Amino acid sequence: MADAAQTGNSGNSSILRINKLTKKFGDVAAVDSVSIDIRKGEIFALLGASGCGKSTLLRMLAGFETPTSGAIVLEGEDITRMPPYQRPINMMFQSYALFPHLTVTQNIAFGLERDGMPSDQIDARVNAMLDLTQLKAFAKRKPHQLSGGQQQRVALARSLAKRPRLLLLDEPLGALDKKLREQTQIELVNIISEVGVTCVMVTHDQEEAMTMADRVAVMQSGRFLQVGAPREIYETPQTVYVADFIGNVNLFKGSLTVDEPDYVMIDSPEGKIYVSHGITGTQGMAVQVAIRPEKICLQRTAPTPAERESAREDGYNCVRGIVKNVSYLGSYTTYHVKLDTGMTLKVMNSNDARHDENRLDWDDTVYAWWDGSDVVVLTQ
Amino acid sequence: MKSKFGLGWLIAVYLFLYLPILTLVVFSFNDSRLNTSWGGFTFKWYAEIVNDREIREALWLSLKIAFFTATASVILGTLAAFAMVRYTKFRGRTLFSGMINAPLVMPEVIIGLSLLLMLVSVQRAFGFPERGIMTIWLGHTLLGMAYAAVVIQSRLMEMDKSLEEAAMDLGCRPHQVFRLVTLPMISQSMVSAWLLTFTISLDDVVLSAFLSGPGSTTLPIVIFSRAKLGLSPTINAVATVMITIVAVGVIFGSIWLARQEKKRAEEQAAAYREAQPT
Ligand SMILES: Nc1ncnc2c1ncn2[C@@H]1O[C@H](COP(=O)(O)OP(=O)(O)OP(=O)(O)O)[C@@H](O)[C@H]1O
Ligand SMILES: [Mg+2]
Repeated sequence: MADAAQTGNSGNSSILRINKLTKKFGDVAAVDSVSIDIRKGEIFALLGASGCGKSTLLRMLAGFETPTSGAIVLEGEDITRMPPYQRPINMMFQSYALFPHLTVTQNIAFGLERDGMPSDQIDARVNAMLDLTQLKAFAKRKPHQLSGGQQQRVALARSLAKRPRLLLLDEPLGALDKKLREQTQIELVNIISEVGVTCVMVTHDQEEAMTMADRVAVMQSGRFLQVGAPREIYETPQTVYVADFIGNVNLFKGSLTVDEPDYVMIDSPEGKIYVSHGITGTQGMAVQVAIRPEKICLQRTAPTPAERESAREDGYNCVRGIVKNVSYLGSYTTYHVKLDTGMTLKVMNSNDARHDENRLDWDDTVYAWWDGSDVVVLTQ
Repeated sequence: MKSKFGLGWLIAVYLFLYLPILTLVVFSFNDSRLNTSWGGFTFKWYAEIVNDREIREALWLSLKIAFFTATASVILGTLAAFAMVRYTKFRGRTLFSGMINAPLVMPEVIIGLSLLLMLVSVQRAFGFPERGIMTIWLGHTLLGMAYAAVVIQSRLMEMDKSLEEAAMDLGCRPHQVFRLVTLPMISQSMVSAWLLTFTISLDDVVLSAFLSGPGSTTLPIVIFSRAKLGLSPTINAVATVMITIVAVGVIFGSIWLARQEKKRAEEQAAAYREAQPT
């Protein structure tokens, strides 16, 4: 398992420490002994399939669920048993949970009034929030008089108004349609970084996690499989599940034949694979090799040694097959290539040339090859 | 062909429902004592009600009981509904919800009889309570509470639970959550429940008959006992007054609700239009 201290830059100080946090519903552990340090000012995304325990973890941070065991420490203070209304943490709900009987202004002021803040200060703070989220024109409206995107901004303004030390976002853009969502992702990150608040968000959309977060934790069955920067998780997944969950991937099963410190070789039924970095393993060990579809080149002739990254790769990292499916998707095209072994290889190539004379078509015989540095070897 | 048949049915059903009431209203303005022939238009039966002390007092008593019943039912019904919807895990929950809903399905005669038996034995043991306004009110509240609980419960169930969590997240203690968020959300259904239990109490005969004592007769009981002695235009006039009270309440209530609904829909549509790029 990855440890927070090993991944990413460790320059920032930790604001939230989660220690062996567990939540059981009956016999089932929805969250299973999760430990993590959240750094000050970062956006930390919990990513995982439905039912993996993301919401439960977030709700324990907010105080709506009581942990079965473990501790939550915020800036040195143990808040594990503190009720939600005393925590300096605010949450933005997936359904927004705006109070329908209150106006936008009243919604944003709600939390400040509970704190007994003087009314002139409340006005100033609410105005600042309205400016920040560009909601000035809608201040007097009720939630049902707003569009989905505007409601989302009110929810954000309300959860930021109390200047929480930690902001929780549960599927923050889940209720918006796709186009609006992409635009809002950037907007949301800008607002969060302008305020400088530390943020833990939940999402099941990997693109959203990659776009918004500084670090991503991939969860499965209540556990963290891997924690790291989006690039790190994408380029060097540590398990098959992570490789498969984040983006598309081709997996070759094989065994380790040559195990040198700076390179390894693997035999798989599809062909021989050369990897230009060392791994921790033993000779003869069963491994899986992951290659992203966009790292594979397709052409009608076998690659010449000159095209290769190093001379050692000649005869390796190249398979032959028949194109069985071509999907033109605008900026790129995806191909399904059927190999002799029956495996289907997914390949994604960008369409940068306007008139591609050598365009591949259905039933063409092609060579698919890749560089030894683009391969990830998965030992678990 | 088929639609004509359907229309015919509709008219027949409406006639069946409303013709008797219409007849009653018309004959309350009949100048003849007979309920069979029309003797000209008059207000004299209404004047007679005003002079009839028994009817005046019964009407006043009925209104008082209905008012207190509705109020008590809404308060208790809200608490019961809240317990059933929000605290899903307490012991004996099924028994509790069964007991709340039992008065809805139990024959009223049985409820009345059992309440009477209880009252008699309590009275024998402690010397109170005397049967009267108090006991009628208790009986009506028992019934009204069940109706109010059902109405408010359904509203509470459709309410987004994260609203209450959001309130707590923003610093509300549990009692503040109830006062500032839950109560405004269910207020409309509380008004509906109040109107419903008010009318239920106003026209209840069975429970009142069991629970009333000397000097505490409600209007429906007066009408009932006088009707037994023979139909009279005065009774028609009294009934018309009651119908008017209930109808006015219902009409104003539904107009108000419909307005609210329409305004909301319009505003929502406006927000949607505005968000569309032009
Ligand atoms: N109140 C509860 N009682 C019993 N089981 C629960 C409760 N809340 C969650 N669970 C279970 O815990 C597990 C994790 O649930 P959770 O809501 O955290 O998943 P999630 O990752 O947020 O999924 P989704 O993406 O669908 O929201 C699920 O198996 C769920 O059935
Ligand atoms: Mg969830």
